[in-house]
Amino acid sequence: MSFSFQLAHALPEAILAIGALALVLVGALGGQKKSWIVAELSMALLGAALLACLFQPKASTILFHGLFIDDAFARFMKVLALTGSLVSLLFSLEFLRVNKMDTFEFPVLILLSSLGMMMLISSNGLMSLYLGLELMSLALYVLAAFQRDNSKASEAGLKYFVLGALSSGMLLYGASLIYGFAGTVTYTGIAAAIHGTASIGIIFGLVFLMTGLAFKMSIVPFHMWTPDVYEGAPTPITAFFASAPKIAAVAVTLRVVSIAFPGIVPQWQQIVVFMSVASMALGAFAAIGQTNIKRLMAYSSIGHMGFALVGLSAGTQQGVEGVMIYMSIYLVMTLGTFAAILSMRANGQPVENISDLAGLGKANKPMAFFLAMMMLSLAGIPPLAGFFAKWYVFVAAVHAKLYLMAVLGVLASAVAAFYYLRIVKIIYFDEGGPAFDPASRTLRTVLAVAGVFVLAFWFYPAPVVQAASLAAKSLF
Amino acid sequence: MEIGVDHYLVVAAIVFTIGVAGIILNRKNIIIILMSVELILLSVNINLVAFSSYLHDLTGQVFALFILTVAAAEAAIGLAILVTYYRNRGTIAVEDINQMKG
Repeated sequence: MSFSFQLAHALPEAILAIGALALVLVGALGGQKKSWIVAELSMALLGAALLACLFQPKASTILFHGLFIDDAFARFMKVLALTGSLVSLLFSLEFLRVNKMDTFEFPVLILLSSLGMMMLISSNGLMSLYLGLELMSLALYVLAAFQRDNSKASEAGLKYFVLGALSSGMLLYGASLIYGFAGTVTYTGIAAAIHGTASIGIIFGLVFLMTGLAFKMSIVPFHMWTPDVYEGAPTPITAFFASAPKIAAVAVTLRVVSIAFPGIVPQWQQIVVFMSVASMALGAFAAIGQTNIKRLMAYSSIGHMGFALVGLSAGTQQGVEGVMIYMSIYLVMTLGTFAAILSMRANGQPVENISDLAGLGKANKPMAFFLAMMMLSLAGIPPLAGFFAKWYVFVAAVHAKLYLMAVLGVLASAVAAFYYLRIVKIIYFDEGGPAFDPASRTLRTVLAVAGVFVLAFWFYPAPVVQAASLAAKSLF
Repeated sequence: MEIGVDHYLVVAAIVFTIGVAGIILNRKNIIIILMSVELILLSVNINLVAFSSYLHDLTGQVFALFILTVAAAEAAIGLAILVTYYRNRGTIAVEDINQMKG
């Protein structure tokens, strides 16, 4: 295979890698006054990478000595992750301008982190998994602490860094054991080495590997960093954390367990079932007492990752398809909700308390309506999109005879509905609260588009469902 | 006594455990956490190089070289974040990192 052939299959990654390096140069030569050029070009690069993903050749191809794969699954997840990055960057630019933080490094960090996510999604071996994960995470640590003069942001960055470094150490230790006992780092090679029964070394390695991945997905019991980082980081960066990296981490977990470890399903299934049930329960109960809306969204995202893992624990193609549909809907709901949270500004200052939403139902009817739709959809109330997301994963779990898990999941979702409905109640039935400043056009558009998606999904779900089912096939 | 691959694995496991214990038990100073992270990564490198020599396969050594580079970048970023934290709070004691709770 010639180099140009390989490059054509890795075109989105090539665009982002070369573009990010060129933009560092533009920023360094142009100085901070030219930072807006870097920002505009970064959006263009993310858009170009998105288009390149959509129009890539359809066949699945393995490149770069078996460490990189380009298939329908990778393309689907990359489109989701890039959409998350693009919308978060849109959110951030406005926020940074208002807060006088518009430096050229910021968009470049988002680009590098997105590049890491794409490498992670396309990884076909433990080595490329680790390098993609670190490229993604190192940029995220810096982004969390980007507001240098804010003590909460630097504390968030520090916590994220320490726990992130510990988790990637665990992941690596697992990778080294798997390499030693399987004799190879590529996923297909590992699957071939297992033959139905795995040595204790491989199972040990698998547990450590899952630990590292669970941390990146913020799954219980490795979720401790999530609320603090979400609260401390500037809001548009929190929107970024909640959307794109989660999708990349879920994608790589799906790929690892379904391609490298299909021979030992019972071994990883019990881990995933435990983590999934624990996340759903914690996401439901711990969010009830929260007063800060970003912290509430952190617990909500922990719960949602638990629901997504329900599909994975089924270990079937239907389950993987369910997870992919879940992640698409989760992405839209998260971005829509964060557009509403970013619009919560009174007298030029951001407000983050849930009680500040009181009276929104009278003051700003469209925003109140769409935010209420987001909350109902996150709660999983039919016929909104969030209900179908849960439907697909639970059907897969029932087909795999995981009845207890499905029952526990539905119960957790009923408990979680309490705090989503409480927000709807505050919006429409509580009096007072500060009047919000008018939101920018970007935020209104994102919120409206997400709202329409959530409302209209049941009417025409075919594009998402068909793409997901096509993509899930490439893993089996 | 012949030194085999299992001896290396035991050493790596001990170093790894010391690293993890250093992060969890340490109540004093964040610099110690950074040192523990380095210990963890080095234990992984011991593992990889031992396996690589045992399997007569170069992949493990290439992996170890990548880990060394990434560890350097990680330490640089960790220290940079630590400096911004120190400027804001004037302390790097672990028990003072408690602005956000719940």
